[in-house]
Amino acid sequence: MVIDYLSPDYEVVRNQQRCIACRVCERQCANEVHSYDPDLKVMKSDDSKCVNCHRCVALCPTHALKIVKNNDTFKINANWTNEAISEIFRQAGTGGVLLSSMGNPQPYPIYWDKILINASQVTNPSIDPLREPMETRTFLGKRPDKLERNADGSLKTDNPYPNLELSVPIMFSAMSYGSISYNAHESLARAAQELGIYYNTGEGGLHEDFYKYGSHTIVQVASGRFGVHKDYLEAGAAIEIKIGQGAKPGIGGHLPGEKIVGDISRTRMIPEGSDAISPAPHHDIYSIEDLRQLVYSLKEATAYKKPIIVKIAAVHNVAAIASGIARSGADIIAIDGYRGGTGAAPTRIRDNVGIPIELALAAVDERLRQEHIRNNVSIVVGGTIRNSADIVKAIALGADAVYIGTSALLALGCHLCRTCQSGKCNWGIATQRPDLVKRLNPEIGNRRLVNLVSAWKHEIMEMMGGMGINSIEALRGNRLMLRGIGLTEKELQILGIKHAGE
Amino acid sequence: MKRVYVNEKWCLGCHLCEYNCAFANSGCDDMVKALKDVPIYPRIQVEEGDNINFAVNCRHCEEPLCVKSCITGALSVQDGVIFVDQEKCVGCYTCILVCPYGAIMPGPTGNVVQKCELCINNSFGEPACVKGCPNRAIVFEER
Repeated sequence: MVIDYLSPDYEVVRNQQRCIACRVCERQCANEVHSYDPDLKVMKSDDSKCVNCHRCVALCPTHALKIVKNNDTFKINANWTNEAISEIFRQAGTGGVLLSSMGNPQPYPIYWDKILINASQVTNPSIDPLREPMETRTFLGKRPDKLERNADGSLKTDNPYPNLELSVPIMFSAMSYGSISYNAHESLARAAQELGIYYNTGEGGLHEDFYKYGSHTIVQVASGRFGVHKDYLEAGAAIEIKIGQGAKPGIGGHLPGEKIVGDISRTRMIPEGSDAISPAPHHDIYSIEDLRQLVYSLKEATAYKKPIIVKIAAVHNVAAIASGIARSGADIIAIDGYRGGTGAAPTRIRDNVGIPIELALAAVDERLRQEHIRNNVSIVVGGTIRNSADIVKAIALGADAVYIGTSALLALGCHLCRTCQSGKCNWGIATQRPDLVKRLNPEIGNRRLVNLVSAWKHEIMEMMGGMGINSIEALRGNRLMLRGIGLTEKELQILGIKHAGE
Repeated sequence: MKRVYVNEKWCLGCHLCEYNCAFANSGCDDMVKALKDVPIYPRIQVEEGDNINFAVNCRHCEEPLCVKSCITGALSVQDGVIFVDQEKCVGCYTCILVCPYGAIMPGPTGNVVQKCELCINNSFGEPACVKGCPNRAIVFEER
């Protein structure tokens, strides 16, 4: 017999001098890492169960805990890393596909960090957003082809196409009820309403309690069609057809039967205990013409009052695909980069499939401009937007707005332990266990999301003001405001920006 | 009057409030020094049941049975808050018997009783259980 012993990735270090054995760590750990030894009168921990979610660290009243990377190592090898070896052992033991969660953690280049933003000096004055008007409002959807005037010469200002109005160019990306908890959804929905932006149901349907937030909800229609019915389509402010997701382009989803209980089964409209399997493709979409049929079916079903979003993962020929989508009748294209998060994905797909959102965005915006169809659609990008500077850069590269998923979850308490697939989220987000779900009080969640987006709005205004720009519309596609640093000619060419110093 | 209330919907049963209470009333400025290797006597206690947890402390009743029943006048109401004067208390436990919430308990020595006084007379100045509650299940508000 081969003995598979994998030493734990992380170690729980307890400062016994500080530990008062209050057992909060034990009560709060769904992975059952901590326990109390009544004979020795000390707390103990089992490192092998620790996922490094930091719940215990955050709640320990005397700060007696820390979690460190285990430095146990196989013989150092730059090619056969500890991770590569452990994964082989794991698969040799189980015969299974490796699963993981959240975004691609591999050290690929982050183009946001190789782009710098401009500021005004002397020749064009910068603007102080605290003293002068600054517009962060934006609209998503098709634009009219030309300006028209009334008989008296005044401009016709009503847009014939349905648009979404956003107070800031930020939306919460699709996360289904099922993959995240009721309380997480409630936090997102309430925050979207308070902020004047939108959240997205994901493919799990819309819980009946949340129909009241419909005017700030984007309802999703994905390949599994879970929870889709007429009232659902009509409840949302926009409808999103999900073709692909950045974390797992080209494959579907699988919510195991044990999570399909109670409200989730009702909301998804599938029997309790049955696996929710989202097929990899939409079985009725094999061409842009087919996509057009679905776009127009959905428009027809909602009397042409709601914009239709088509969401795709950023893949190699994304520009050509986006061009097709722009001609399919869709109003908005959402593109999800390869760092986008997920509740569960095969590790190999998450870590190896797709392309960076920065390059995809620049390529799509450029292609649509060349083809004179940029005004047919808005572009929304996600995966990963980590801060307000990423947003400013995305807009200057041509995005109309951004989707934030991981950042929103972090605001709710997520510590990126990347173990969502276990369903034992200690922060009450990616779980359906009632005792864990209640750990996320939507009162607090809502407030933290509102704080985050408000803070980013301030920062966006500061950065725009610095550039002498006073509206999102004037920043959009304004690539002269960006410079690359440490990028090759080819990368600069794809991004459509100059190098710093040029 | 502002009172401490608990929303059982959000109470996680983590028992942090008990430790924060014991620390706040310890007179010590270091939690480790105050609570390490000693039994704690919190004035708030978490009741646990089937998926329901509920931290209980003094309700500061408008017509407090404890004050009425106190044989030495150790319990008194000042601005709606019920205080116990441990100098006067003889430890007869009558108040413990009559309190319908079980919110009065013997102090560490067993000779006198103790109860929640909303951290008014300790160095915290505001209810420590409320401040330290990680899920805002315990609130201090007017209702």
